[in-house]
Amino acid sequence: MLQGIPITSVLIVSAFMFFAGVCGFIIRRNMITILMSIELILNAVNINMVVFNKFLFPDQLQGQFFALFIVGIAAAEASVAIALVINIYRRLNSISVDKVNEMKY
Amino acid sequence: MNYSLTILILLIPFATFLFNGLFGMKLKPIISGLIGTIGLGVITLLSYLTAWQYFFVDGMVNGTFPKIIAMSMDWLHFTDFLTVRIGIMLDPISVMMLVVITTVSFMVHIYSLGYMEGEKGFQRFYAFLSLFSFSMLGLVVATNIFQMYIFWELVGVSSFLLIGFYYTKDSAVAASKKAFIVTRFADLGFLIGILLLSFFTKTFDFKTLTGSDQSIFANAAGVNFMGISVMTWAAILIFMGGAGKSAMFPLHIWLPDAMEGPTPVSALIHAATMVVAGVYLVARMFPVFYFQAPEALNVVAYVGGFTSLFAAVIACTQYDIKRVLAFSTLSQLGYMMLALGVSGYGGEEGVGYMASMFHLFTHAMFKALLFLGAGSIIHAVHSNVMQDMGGLRKYLPITHATFLIACLTIAGVPFLSGFFSKDEILVAAFHHDKLLFAVEFLVAGLTAFYMFRLYFNIFWGKEKHYHHTPHESPKTMTIPLMILAFGSIFAGYIPFHKLVTSDGMPFESHMNFAIAIPSVLIGLIGITVAWVLYKKETTIPERISKGLGGFYTAVFHKFYFDEIYLFITKKIIFNYISRPVAWFDRHIVDGTMNGIGWLTVTSSKKIRNLQSGNLPQYGLVFVLGAIILVLVFAFII
Repeated sequence: MLQGIPITSVLIVSAFMFFAGVCGFIIRRNMITILMSIELILNAVNINMVVFNKFLFPDQLQGQFFALFIVGIAAAEASVAIALVINIYRRLNSISVDKVNEMKY
Repeated sequence: MNYSLTILILLIPFATFLFNGLFGMKLKPIISGLIGTIGLGVITLLSYLTAWQYFFVDGMVNGTFPKIIAMSMDWLHFTDFLTVRIGIMLDPISVMMLVVITTVSFMVHIYSLGYMEGEKGFQRFYAFLSLFSFSMLGLVVATNIFQMYIFWELVGVSSFLLIGFYYTKDSAVAASKKAFIVTRFADLGFLIGILLLSFFTKTFDFKTLTGSDQSIFANAAGVNFMGISVMTWAAILIFMGGAGKSAMFPLHIWLPDAMEGPTPVSALIHAATMVVAGVYLVARMFPVFYFQAPEALNVVAYVGGFTSLFAAVIACTQYDIKRVLAFSTLSQLGYMMLALGVSGYGGEEGVGYMASMFHLFTHAMFKALLFLGAGSIIHAVHSNVMQDMGGLRKYLPITHATFLIACLTIAGVPFLSGFFSKDEILVAAFHHDKLLFAVEFLVAGLTAFYMFRLYFNIFWGKEKHYHHTPHESPKTMTIPLMILAFGSIFAGYIPFHKLVTSDGMPFESHMNFAIAIPSVLIGLIGITVAWVLYKKETTIPERISKGLGGFYTAVFHKFYFDEIYLFITKKIIFNYISRPVAWFDRHIVDGTMNGIGWLTVTSSKKIRNLQSGNLPQYGLVFVLGAIILVLVFAFII
């Protein structure tokens, strides 16, 4: 599936996704969006895993398995995070990250 | 024969102190008092038995009285070399002191049952009396100089507590503080002296220090400080401690004020026992003084001589009867110190040492009697001042008779105890130093004069208007007076030269009539002068004091020593030393610490805002940090 596509192109895509995720994480105020940004970062990492596995060690599968693990963990993490967001919404009537600064105390 | 029971002499008063101190307030006062008194009666008996056993049953070994260690245990064990022991040592002077202390203390215990009756804090009073008896007995039986120092301080504390017994009275509180601070200051010298002495001799033990083996002092040979040998320094510093406790000039200022305490306390602590601790200390260390530091012994002699004259002169002008007795005590303590100072070592030479201990013994009897008599008088007329008294002989027959006996004894009238001991002191002084002899001779006359001035003013003279007729004191008070009067008369017949001598060997002592007769005569002159001046109320004393003018005023104000001390402490020490030191403490020492605290608080406040709780900001910092790390690893390393 990756035949004919040079590794650099794939890495550029992954880097682009990663920084888009980081930017979203820093800039956005909506918690759901921040959660989505985190998913973007994780998926950028997944792409890297698969690509390096394919190009450097074609006989082995560790990289791809790792990608699968990360997908699984990301799903669990998303469910926890959304549960938190729902609770925060119930409490504060808002899901803006600016409002959630009480944990510093 | 063993002396294992002697440990009880220390333990019983300690037990009664604890019991009365902890549970006394729950008991009826009289029961608490009886517990203390009976406890003391038991140890008095034990002391007599010990003395009997020591002097007459066991007696001498090879012609000397041995130093017996009845008990000894390690109290603080640092190394095998440096160990502080607590124990009981019996030798002639400690056994004699046991007898003196328990006798006087027992008398005072009985007397206080009457004198302190109905006072608030009666149980507390008895607890403190027991504490004092315990510490004083521990002091005299000390086996080593460190144990002595420990009990020395305990004695100081009990004195402090008892002077300040009436703690609601400002003057009593001030007097107790004064006594404690002055003696404590002197004890600083004592401690340094102990350290010096034991540093060079490597021992605390009295038996080693005062033994015949002089090689332990080898280390100190040739060590000098400011041109004076180190052993002399040690001896002078130890004497400083003794001078503080015995109220020698110039540390005498606390004793007259200590009369603020209850009168039985003055009799016990500030006349008969505690104040002679200084004399006892010098006597205990006598071989060290004599062989290693003869110059220090001269200091002892001259300080003692000066104090006795100085105090006798002041005593002639005071009106508070307890103060007259206090200055008289000072004067007599001066006598004892002087006798030690002029003494030689061994045999006839050591007559001064023997005389000093002898006088200590007789003085304890008659001075305790005088104080208890004064207490009885105060009890009857409710005043301390001579002007409020007069013609009391009709109302207080027993007090009058016993007081007269004590006055005759202290004046040195023949065949009473004071005559014998004072005569020995004069003999010793005569053989050593004619100047000191002249001083003591004069003081003997002055003593007779001021004691009889006191006597005539109280018991003769014009009768004053009393609020209610004075009445004789109860039996509990008069019986101790009679017993002590008996002691005052007959204590002089104890053959001290056979029992208590500088080297433990008895010697033959003879009456020296060439000295005894003039000293009796000057005593009689003193009595006669007092008779003429004070028997009937006349204007002669007033005219004499007017005639003396400025000198009389100076003497009346005790040569302004209290004022000088106040000037030195308040004006000089407080202003020029304490204040700068306090300033340094408050601003530099405290300032440093406060500065550190302030810096921490302020910097924490400043960096606190970094933790905003704002998630995107954390993320940004995190990312930037990661990028910086990547750059560092990529380009620099």
